[in-house]
Amino acid sequence: MSEFETIIGLEVHVELKTNSKIFCGCSTNFGAPPNTNVCPICLGHPGVLPVVNHQAVDFAMRAALALNCEINRETKFDRKNYFYPDNPKAYQVSQFDKPIGEHGWIEIEVDGNKKKIGITRIHMEEDAGKLTHTADGSLVDLNRQGTPLVEIVSEPDIRTPEEAYAYLEKLKAIIQYTGVSDCKMEEGSLRCDANISIRPVGQEEFGTKAELKNLNSFAFVQKGLEHEEKRQREVVSGGGEILQETRRYDEASKTTLLMRVKEGSDDYRYFPEPDLVSIFIDDEWMDRVKSEIPELPDARQKRYVGEFGLPEYDAKVLTMTKEMADFFEGTITAGADAKQASNWIMGEVSAYLNNEGRELHQTALTAKGLAGMIKLIENGTISNKIAKTVFKELVENGGDAEQIVKEKGLVQISDEGAIREIVVKILDANEQSVADYKDGKEKAVGFLVGQVMKETKGKANPPLVNKLIVEELKKR
Amino acid sequence: MSILDKKISELHQLLHTKELSVTDIVNATFDRIHQVDDKVRAFLTLNEEYSRIKAKQLDERLVSGADRGLLFGMPIGIKDNIVTKGIRTTCASRILENFEPIYDATVVERLTAADTVTVGKLNMDEFAMGSSNENSGFHPTHNPWDLSCVPGGSSGASAAAVSAGEVLFSLGSDTGGSIRQPAAFCGVVGLKPTYGLVSRYGLVAFASSLDQIGPITTSVEDNAYLLQAIAGNDPMDSTSAKVDIPDYLASLTGEVKGLKIGVPKEYLGAGVEPGVKERVMEALKVLEGLGATWEEVSLPHSRYALATYYLLSSSEASANLSRFDGVRYGLRSDNSNNLIDMYKQSRSEGFGEEVKRRIMLGTFALSSGYYDAYYKKAQKVRTLIKEDFTKIFEKYDVIIGPTTPSASFKCGAMTKDPLTMYMNDILTIPVNLAGVPAISVPCGFSDGLPIGVQIIGKHFDEATIYKVAHAFEQATEHHKAKPKL
Repeated sequence: MSEFETIIGLEVHVELKTNSKIFCGCSTNFGAPPNTNVCPICLGHPGVLPVVNHQAVDFAMRAALALNCEINRETKFDRKNYFYPDNPKAYQVSQFDKPIGEHGWIEIEVDGNKKKIGITRIHMEEDAGKLTHTADGSLVDLNRQGTPLVEIVSEPDIRTPEEAYAYLEKLKAIIQYTGVSDCKMEEGSLRCDANISIRPVGQEEFGTKAELKNLNSFAFVQKGLEHEEKRQREVVSGGGEILQETRRYDEASKTTLLMRVKEGSDDYRYFPEPDLVSIFIDDEWMDRVKSEIPELPDARQKRYVGEFGLPEYDAKVLTMTKEMADFFEGTITAGADAKQASNWIMGEVSAYLNNEGRELHQTALTAKGLAGMIKLIENGTISNKIAKTVFKELVENGGDAEQIVKEKGLVQISDEGAIREIVVKILDANEQSVADYKDGKEKAVGFLVGQVMKETKGKANPPLVNKLIVEELKKR
Repeated sequence: MSILDKKISELHQLLHTKELSVTDIVNATFDRIHQVDDKVRAFLTLNEEYSRIKAKQLDERLVSGADRGLLFGMPIGIKDNIVTKGIRTTCASRILENFEPIYDATVVERLTAADTVTVGKLNMDEFAMGSSNENSGFHPTHNPWDLSCVPGGSSGASAAAVSAGEVLFSLGSDTGGSIRQPAAFCGVVGLKPTYGLVSRYGLVAFASSLDQIGPITTSVEDNAYLLQAIAGNDPMDSTSAKVDIPDYLASLTGEVKGLKIGVPKEYLGAGVEPGVKERVMEALKVLEGLGATWEEVSLPHSRYALATYYLLSSSEASANLSRFDGVRYGLRSDNSNNLIDMYKQSRSEGFGEEVKRRIMLGTFALSSGYYDAYYKKAQKVRTLIKEDFTKIFEKYDVIIGPTTPSASFKCGAMTKDPLTMYMNDILTIPVNLAGVPAISVPCGFSDGLPIGVQIIGKHFDEATIYKVAHAFEQATEHHKAKPKL
């Protein structure tokens, strides 16, 4: 079925982390009791008017610039009309023909191949409220109503579900780096809808697309697209026709289910929001926002390779999130060797976070703590093995590595005399192993090292133990 | 002479000398309302108990000699599309029959700060859509000069109540003539300020790009006092202008020598009744006598104003009125068992015929495939109309013409014919489209019904309008005539 190619476009909504809502002064705090972060304006009461939160414009512009968009120097808001109980004015204030940014792109990498994905536009809008459906009826919570959003629309440049996944990862990384959003899918601060169609290779015209909704994680986006790609190919190969549908990803069955068939396109009757005036962005404003953009993942990745001599792959993994990259650099600033820090972060730290399902800031681990531990390994105070115990303490309870080592008596024994004494004792107690060694079985050394480590509760300096065992064995 | 026939400055002086108390003024107001309002039917809600308490409180401050502004203790009526916290605000619509706002409009806050007393809420055409007050969802209001005639609209009751002496002054709103046309019909002074001069925050929107709140009074001087209190930038309204507010009273010099007046030929052409034309020509003569000069000018695009207005205002209204959906406040129909039905039934039962007509017109104009031909084109024509005014104002200080093509008409005369009804606003609408200010001042009568002359000024030049209006008023006796009720 390789005669088809898949066309994917993604629409990503990102909540901006402003203190207050986009058109009123209400808090944007997540998790407040229903309908407490509200006022006449976001409740859509008669007579109210919106006033643009300039922090939201700053943030949207920052995101737009970070996504390589051109900034519309005159940008304005429009009304998008539709009735729904979570939409109190029955129109959403959004942007139609003059979005804040257009014509952007980001670079993704799949299987070592780099590719640019175009970004059609990024526009500002207000979020809707939230509905909860109960047996007694539906409940409306308007806390979220008016939270500033940007919608980022990709060009139909994505060709595989893997590319879609990579695009989302990269987009999320960039937005997080700019600091304008947490991009937490589980809290709804990042949401994604996917459009997918197929067409015979060589055909220019797009096929009829399906829209996928209810994609609650990047993995689901990929799985949903994989299923939908397969389904569409089967339909077309079987002589069927793709309908313009909205489909929902079903986690349980790992398939997409039909929500509704669309006939034509929805008519939202967009028109310029007469309650707001156009926003004119001058050089000074744009330059200020530009200067607020921190170093982005691609630049950091390059720097890590150049400055720290890290392999390309390590640099990529470390810069996936700003939190991780900042942590890495903090560890180096605190005196750790870059390669060691990279190994620990990509190894033990990542494993711990994955197992626990946590993020760095949700642990007790500090850059200083990790650096301290790495330094103790480097100067031979603790072994790599002991370090694992120290790490567990650091990540769970925090504190200073040196202190932990001291308190728990984990200092590595590097006293040659003391270790030799134990080595002799162990050799005496394991005549068989000694005999094996004499017979040429080198493996016996490993067993004996293990015994010494056991005896010293892992505190003996392993290279030293190794050296002394060989010496003592040779004497026998 | 009743207390309520006095000017603000006179009442202020009587309060100062303690010949009158606020309670006296408020009592006189309610006495008059109870005496005549069953005939005029201007009020939808009376705020009597509260007003009397407030009067007492203000009287205590009067005794203590605390600082008082000119509007201190003055009773006011407010059009029912301006929200008042805790006082029912209906927009004369069944859909908001029992709606109590949870905040005050900015103009109401400013009036409260000026210690006025809100005596009640005034009837109007539903959601300010209409020119006769007959589109009220509750009952029509009658013209105090002839109870069988309409008071105009949509701020018909705001004008009628002032004309009938029920309140000293009132606030109306003007989207296409809704202050000036009823002011003309009822023989009072009504100003539509420059778009952006008075905050719209708390004015229930009909057409956001056209709506303005303005004062209706018996004299130009009182009008200036009231505008002074409500004008000025409001951070809650992004379309509110950041301009310095002049001392309007200082412009009431009576001095119009050398003033250049443009009189658009389109404003005295076919469709304008002879009685109206005569009064306006007389008014121009009066101003000439005071040293002003006038010349004929042209507003060539004004002939497209009505169509432009109905496309733009209805488009905006179709979105503005969507929030009345029965979900959070207002009428929710009991005759529905699913969401879509709830929307349909609530809105079908809650809105009147004219409101529905405009919502449908606006929805159509904004629809995909029609947007460019209607909404977008109308925006372009609006720009041309604006330029017409700009050109005239390069040479002239004010534009003068009639406020309306005719005097008031009989109740029921036009209700079957919305297009004829729309023609009432043909001379006022271009002003809203251009965003400039205009006042209607009484200039005599035609067959016993009042006629208004319209004085149009440059953007934010209310001071010149007031100057001309005041000079004209003081040179004539028209404003002294009162309806007999």
